[in-house]
Amino acid sequence: MGPLAVNEFITENTNLFLAFVIGIGFGFVLEQSGFSSSRKLAGVFYGYDTVVLKVFFTGAITAMLGLLFFSLFGWVDLSLVYINPTYLTSAILGGVVMGAGFIMGGYCPGTSFCGASIGKIDAWIFIVGLFIGVGLFGGGYPIWEKLYWAKDLGDPKVSESLGISDGVFALILILVALGMFWVAEWAEKKFPQKEY
Amino acid sequence: MGLILLLANFISGRGLGASGAIKSTIVTATIAVSPASAQTSGFIKEYTDKHTGSPMKNWLVFEMLGVLVGGFLSGAIAGRLKWKTEHSPKITSHKRLVLALFGGILFGWGSQMGRGCTSGSALSGMAVLSLGGFVTMMAIFGTAFALAYVFRKNWI
Repeated sequence: MGPLAVNEFITENTNLFLAFVIGIGFGFVLEQSGFSSSRKLAGVFYGYDTVVLKVFFTGAITAMLGLLFFSLFGWVDLSLVYINPTYLTSAILGGVVMGAGFIMGGYCPGTSFCGASIGKIDAWIFIVGLFIGVGLFGGGYPIWEKLYWAKDLGDPKVSESLGISDGVFALILILVALGMFWVAEWAEKKFPQKEY
Repeated sequence: MGLILLLANFISGRGLGASGAIKSTIVTATIAVSPASAQTSGFIKEYTDKHTGSPMKNWLVFEMLGVLVGGFLSGAIAGRLKWKTEHSPKITSHKRLVLALFGGILFGWGSQMGRGCTSGSALSGMAVLSLGGFVTMMAIFGTAFALAYVFRKNWI
């Protein structure tokens, strides 16, 4: 049955319309979770506010478990779901640069749009920066093209790389997340910060 | 949030994303402003080779327009609609905005190198158990934690 668009249960235009609807849902939950605030987002790195960490991991795990169960029930064909390819060098390098951008700018791209939608000026400026950054990457593409394609591992699943089943990996991830949430709770008590 | 991400995978066979919509816009703008340079750009060529039709008629572009609407609705309901620059009282708004600009530039560059940002690569990648998704997630959060001390005045 699923994915509906890939299996042509819905047309391309319906798919785009649903993308808009899904976006509304995404923006709504991001804003409701407080992701429109850069100080709240940055809070996770100083321990005074760890909601972001909890929502992020809970979200990833919920979707992961949902997909595994949907697959089990035969509702979705996981082989048709897009799995992000792994190019090790660029995944690490891109992540490091994004991490630096995160702590400086206080947003990531999705949350900056969310912040901008309720009038955060720092979010609008961050978006201007995003456009410049993407443009710079495109403009200087020949310089880093080799790095971009280096260490192509295909699109392996993390469970395959570790040699365990998807279910076991999901269980381990849940336990890791619970451990992190526990540390996060402790950090929030230890490093309180009043809201401005 | 997990349910939205699950829905995206169920309906469209793909996860959420944000930086891809910016890329589509850049590609469109370059083709519109300077078709000649767009022809010679490897970055643009790879995009147009993989995608047919207008770069703006793209799943992520529609999704991000939705994010603006959804965020606005949520902010309106909660009474949070307000022009505001958020920063630690220890720095000026001006400094905050300069840092936001540079942070955005780095994040924009990194999101292209890393094939997606926190949403597209880390969050959505993790949901489909992509190895790269986990690697990128750890690199983003690891670096931000490592640099947190340097930029502490910005936030606390």
